[in-house]
Amino acid sequence: MSGRARLALSKPTTGAAGRTGSWRVFRPVIDTEKCNQCGLCQMYCPDAAIDEELNVDLNFCKGCGICANECPKKAIEMVREET
Amino acid sequence: MLKGTSACAGCSSSLSLRYVLKGAGPDTVLVIPASCSSVIQGIYPNTALNIPVYNIAFAAAAACASGMSNAFRAVGKKTNVIVYAGDGGTLDIGIQSMSGAFERGTDFLYICYDNEEYGNTGMQRSGSTPLGARTTTTPAGKTDEKKDIDAIITAHDPPYLATACSAYPQDLFKKVKKALAIRGPAFIHILVPCPSGWRFPPEKTIEIGRLAVKSGMWILYEREYGRLAISSPSKAAMKNPIPLENYLAPQGRFAGISPKALDILKQRITQKIQRLTEEEKGIC
Ligand SMILES: Cc1ncc(C[n+]2csc(CCOP(=O)(O)OP(=O)(O)O)c2C)c(N)n1
Ligand code: SF4
Ligand code: SF4
Ligand code: SF4
Repeated sequence: MSGRARLALSKPTTGAAGRTGSWRVFRPVIDTEKCNQCGLCQMYCPDAAIDEELNVDLNFCKGCGICANECPKKAIEMVREET
Repeated sequence: MLKGTSACAGCSSSLSLRYVLKGAGPDTVLVIPASCSSVIQGIYPNTALNIPVYNIAFAAAAACASGMSNAFRAVGKKTNVIVYAGDGGTLDIGIQSMSGAFERGTDFLYICYDNEEYGNTGMQRSGSTPLGARTTTTPAGKTDEKKDIDAIITAHDPPYLATACSAYPQDLFKKVKKALAIRGPAFIHILVPCPSGWRFPPEKTIEIGRLAVKSGMWILYEREYGRLAISSPSKAAMKNPIPLENYLAPQGRFAGISPKALDILKQRITQKIQRLTEEEKGIC
């Protein structure tokens, strides 16, 4: 092993803080009938948990509710997670 | 920035960092002093950031960035060097090395994300906490006013200085691009509402940022080679600001603010709007 391996270098990792989806109390559910695909939910999600196709990555969505609050069409409902 | 960071749910500092990194592109290095961002970045051996990041002591952030930038330029590299520091790290602890880097004309971008507190260590007051706000070290509301770091940086006459807010990510994105295209030191000051410290529900993060701008408590502008331009969201807000109470009421940290503090905050808004309006017209 070279000396470099001992440097305190971190590696880029998805889920560096684990599956943050487990923090969630409410999950966002998009009503595709009401949605006009404006993309604002995706723009404002702090955790980049919504992709271009508006799929929510529930492994990492923290359930903050920003997407639902900002949706101009009220197309996102925050639904309580089953425990 | 990769998914699954340790930021609080609804953290607008991480939202801002997303747009900073989008604007900067892959040929970028970040310098991050101790702060929420150094936690968000992840714990060894993992990191949520997929560009090189250098963690450094508060007082040394801008000095470190200065050295990096000089080294890159010396070998002909255009790599962006960005400091991403909190308000505590900027206004209080890192101010001297930052002042030095601006004086020396370092080709870098210094970003202060301002959650108006020492978030990482448990919401203590900083020089950036506004008058009247409760923090864990000002339980009855802060008795001093917010330090005007933008005026201090402006006194260094940098080629580019801008304010931004996480509620306007596209405006922030454009400002980051502009700042990095300009040679020399640039400064961007981003207001990032913090649900955990300001005590409001996380879904309101964007709304609170918008209210800050609409009430004139936070004004978006840029100063390029000394010329001021008010950014569009603030243009309308400055002509007809909404009542400051609309911004303060949803935040637990302003609960029970004294009428005197409220009055001073309002006066400062009026004065700032007047000062910036006159500066834009070239009156002062
Ligand atoms: C010299 C020194 N003093 C104190 C600390 C402890 N400390 C770590 S983060 C922090 C607060 C940083 O506040 P700010 O820069 O506003 O960033 P935020 O945590 O709000 O993101 C403090 C005091 C330290 N790391 N180094
Ligand atoms: S904000 Fe609402 S309307 Fe816009 S894309 Fe998202 S779900 Fe659809
Ligand atoms: S609830 Fe929050 S983290 Fe989850 S998708 Fe919506 S904005 Fe993103
Ligand atoms: S304390 Fe505030 S700034 Fe820090 S991670 Fe939490 S929400 Fe973000």
